[in-house]
Amino acid sequence: MLEIVLISSLKVVVIMAAVLTGCAYATYMERKVVARLQHRVGPTYAGPYGLLQPIADAVKLIFKEDIVPNRVERITWGLAPLVSFVPALLTFIVVPFGADIELFGRQIKMVGSDLNIGILFILAVTSLGVYGIVLAGWSSGSKYSLMGGIRSSAQMISYEVGYGLSIIGVILVANTLSLRELVEQQASVGDWFIWRQPLGFILYLTCAIAETNRLPFDMPEAESELVGGYHTEYSSMRFAMFFMGEYANMLAVSAVGATLFFGGWQGPYLPPVVWFILKVFMFMFFYIWLRATFPRFRYDQLMAFGWKVLFPLALLNTMVTAALVML
Amino acid sequence: MSEYLAVLIFIFVGAGMVLFTFFLARILRPHNPYPEKNVNYECAELPIGSSWIKFHNRYYIFALIFVIFDVEAVFLFPWAVAFGQLGLYALVEMVIFIFILLFGLLYAWKKGVLKWA
Repeated sequence: MLEIVLISSLKVVVIMAAVLTGCAYATYMERKVVARLQHRVGPTYAGPYGLLQPIADAVKLIFKEDIVPNRVERITWGLAPLVSFVPALLTFIVVPFGADIELFGRQIKMVGSDLNIGILFILAVTSLGVYGIVLAGWSSGSKYSLMGGIRSSAQMISYEVGYGLSIIGVILVANTLSLRELVEQQASVGDWFIWRQPLGFILYLTCAIAETNRLPFDMPEAESELVGGYHTEYSSMRFAMFFMGEYANMLAVSAVGATLFFGGWQGPYLPPVVWFILKVFMFMFFYIWLRATFPRFRYDQLMAFGWKVLFPLALLNTMVTAALVML
Repeated sequence: MSEYLAVLIFIFVGAGMVLFTFFLARILRPHNPYPEKNVNYECAELPIGSSWIKFHNRYYIFALIFVIFDVEAVFLFPWAVAFGQLGLYALVEMVIFIFILLFGLLYAWKKGVLKWA
């Protein structure tokens, strides 16, 4: 029993440290890539090539004054960053990042927790993310926050249906909910599920971008309309938690996407972990590329697109896949 | 069961880490509030009226549609996992189920529920 607890704790700490570092450097990557796409150079002062920039940002934020506005609902307001950040991290516990290894004579799985209902777990945890944003929007006592929170919840629940349905195609092909088995079924490039689920992949990607409130679907934060959206009244570390949560969410949907459609950690020559990180950061690059390319949707267009295009397409994809699997 | 134990540990470590960061920030940061600084943001003016403004009831309707179709998705998951063993009968049944729900979506669409105006 103690051994299990120890191994689990060790895995948890390693995964969490990796994800936090990933988040920090995702912000760096975003700034660098967007800068390059816009003919700028991005951060350069902190460290060589500006590589210490994320650490400088963290130090800056931790020394910032925490302003608590008059009208906030103290308890909910204080808890909201926590509620938004922890579920974002939690997805990573079921994502496998390597083959099983032998260590001190015992088999160790390279996954935080090999749940046999991995995909359901991911969907459940992703849905929890909306609570943080709604609580923050409602309890801030600011009109901008409230509008941002309401918009965000409507957007996230609308795209959540499509997000879940786009994954069903993969489950139909693979007949399992365990992410570890999904990866094992995609041993070579030809077995990647993207070839058998092209429409499912496009749907997944679109819904994932909307789920994480990224451009071109960043309605909750729309700077030009809502100031900062749901985190208008947050400052200092509380703001940093929302920010980190957002990046952790992006990394999470990237990691799940890489696992479902691109064979997860499978790949030749390089060690599995490297392949996994490479695939995740390819997704991240795509995200940033989109941000630099597209203008923001209008809100009614966004909702119409979700319900009138993505949702019927996802249902169609499910039926067609089922019929094909049957044959 | 040990797999769920890891999830539990993860939640506690994650929440603990956030709380620890808040605690650390509390020690390090300056604390200098005054009435003007603590006013809620509203374009640098004093906020007018209540902050909990009325918003469009469309949001509520979208929440209702979401509940219906998310429950549908929940029904689809076990079906998809066991699909390999169920055969043609399950396929036909699920297609009927999906078509009933598609009809529901079409009805909502024609009623103008999905329109934002």
